[in-house]
Amino acid sequence: MRVEQISVFLENKAGRLAEVTRILSEAGVNIRALSLADTSDFGILRLIVNDNEKAKQALKEGGFTVGKTDVVAVEVQDRPGGLHRILDILRKAGINVEYMYAFVQQSGDNAVIIFRFDNLDEAVRVLTENGVTVINGSKVYTM
Amino acid sequence: MIHDIEYETMPREALEAIQLRRLQTTLQRVYATVPFYRKRFDDAGFNPADMKTLDDLRRVPFTTKQDLRDNYPFGLFAVPMDNVVRIHASSGTTGKPTVVGYTARDVTTWSELMARSLSAAGATRGDIIHNAYGYGLFTGGLGVHYGAERLGASVIPISGGNTKRQIMIMKDFGATILTCTPSYALHLAEVAEEVGVDFKDLKFKAGIFGAEPWSEKMRQEIEKKLNLDALDIYGLSEVIGPGVAVECLEAKAGLHIFEDHFIPEIIDPETGEVLPYGETGELVFTSITKEAFPVIRYRTRDITSLNPAPCICGRTHVRMNRVSGRTDDMLIIRGVNVFPSQIESVLMEIEGVEPHYQLVVDREGTLDMLTVMVEVGEKAFTDEIKGLQHLEKLIAKNIKEYLGVSAKVKLVEPKSIARSEGKAVRVIDNRKL
Repeated sequence: MRVEQISVFLENKAGRLAEVTRILSEAGVNIRALSLADTSDFGILRLIVNDNEKAKQALKEGGFTVGKTDVVAVEVQDRPGGLHRILDILRKAGINVEYMYAFVQQSGDNAVIIFRFDNLDEAVRVLTENGVTVINGSKVYTM
Repeated sequence: MIHDIEYETMPREALEAIQLRRLQTTLQRVYATVPFYRKRFDDAGFNPADMKTLDDLRRVPFTTKQDLRDNYPFGLFAVPMDNVVRIHASSGTTGKPTVVGYTARDVTTWSELMARSLSAAGATRGDIIHNAYGYGLFTGGLGVHYGAERLGASVIPISGGNTKRQIMIMKDFGATILTCTPSYALHLAEVAEEVGVDFKDLKFKAGIFGAEPWSEKMRQEIEKKLNLDALDIYGLSEVIGPGVAVECLEAKAGLHIFEDHFIPEIIDPETGEVLPYGETGELVFTSITKEAFPVIRYRTRDITSLNPAPCICGRTHVRMNRVSGRTDDMLIIRGVNVFPSQIESVLMEIEGVEPHYQLVVDREGTLDMLTVMVEVGEKAFTDEIKGLQHLEKLIAKNIKEYLGVSAKVKLVEPKSIARSEGKAVRVIDNRKL
């Protein structure tokens, strides 16, 4: 049920993001989803790609600090209240969302949101018990 | 104003006779009481009884900061702890400070030298001294404090920080002499302007500024902004603290070294050879009256030169020029001594942090700003902003705790710190003094 995400440390200066995309494009890696969190000094780029190992290898060789994190891809109904339903389930179960971002591609008629939780197993259990579809990794990488 | 006419204006011949006698006594005493010096002298084939003229001093082995560290904490004390009444310390390079001790007589000597220093700035018993040097293990605060009391002046032990309150107090109390670091003096001027206080309305006549290097340009700026005479003072805890040398109000051209208590030499830092007056090299001190912690040919690492020309103030003591640099990598940040290796050991103590760092020193407005750039390796990296921010805060907090200096921590990408010939450039000092 887990999706592997890679994260990259970036200094907040011109050209660093372009350097990441250049390396990935030369390695033939396709970006499936991304989010960028930043402060005034640095940023963290989080990526879901079609080939984690290849991406990680290429970025490390390019001199970047790369991390790996497990996240959860959740189907969200594409209508008003769709996301709220999911967040409400999590709120009631006392589960904290560390961060989340949207997937570009839809899964059927549903949108896909990537979540990062402190307690990933508990979050997946609560979501599936409440009838929410959690998409597994192999499907996400090739969506 | 000369506090001790007899000693401060003593003819050179008489002064040198006193120096020789005191030096002989000091060398014999450390040989008898401090195993480190006995061994050092024996190894060099030097016998204190061979000390016939002041020129023989060049045959005595040097003492370095490393020797002080190796004998941490009290190994170089020349008296039993029963006779030590005060302990001070300055920051060390590996987390351990350099420790010095004082007997009751040493405290009296030091107070007397600080009274001389304050007098050299024109202070008398009628003055109110606003002492914004830090109080504590650092010798600045208590050094000035005891000197002020010895002089009979009124001392305000305000210490550092809380600048707006300082402005209010110096105004309300009518302080006439200011003592602090030169950069803090300029900071006071800025804050005074912010709160609408004009130094022209205050009663300051002179300020004694030290504990960090400054320049003639800064003197002009301080004098203009603070409306007072700005004088340089020199000292280091290993020798006694502030009050080793001070400028006189009359000449404002070089700092008179209190030669009846300390013998200065200038050496070539590479060869150790003694250089003649006027030549620039490393300043070396031998204390000749201290009891608890005498130092013999202590290498200060400060670069300067000595000027023997007679001074218009009447003092016969030789003058040292402003310190122009260091022979090691020590930085002085807002009066605090900082070695890159200290920052390195703080970093190494934090889980996952690698010792890839660079120190950048800037002067923002009037205050020194230390930025510590740290490369983020895989072990320290997390995908959450708060995790990395926590790391930044932790590093800054530990630097503050261990070194007593505030630093801004900036996380940078691996290999982004410039390396020249494989060796990282550890310090970039952008301050223009």
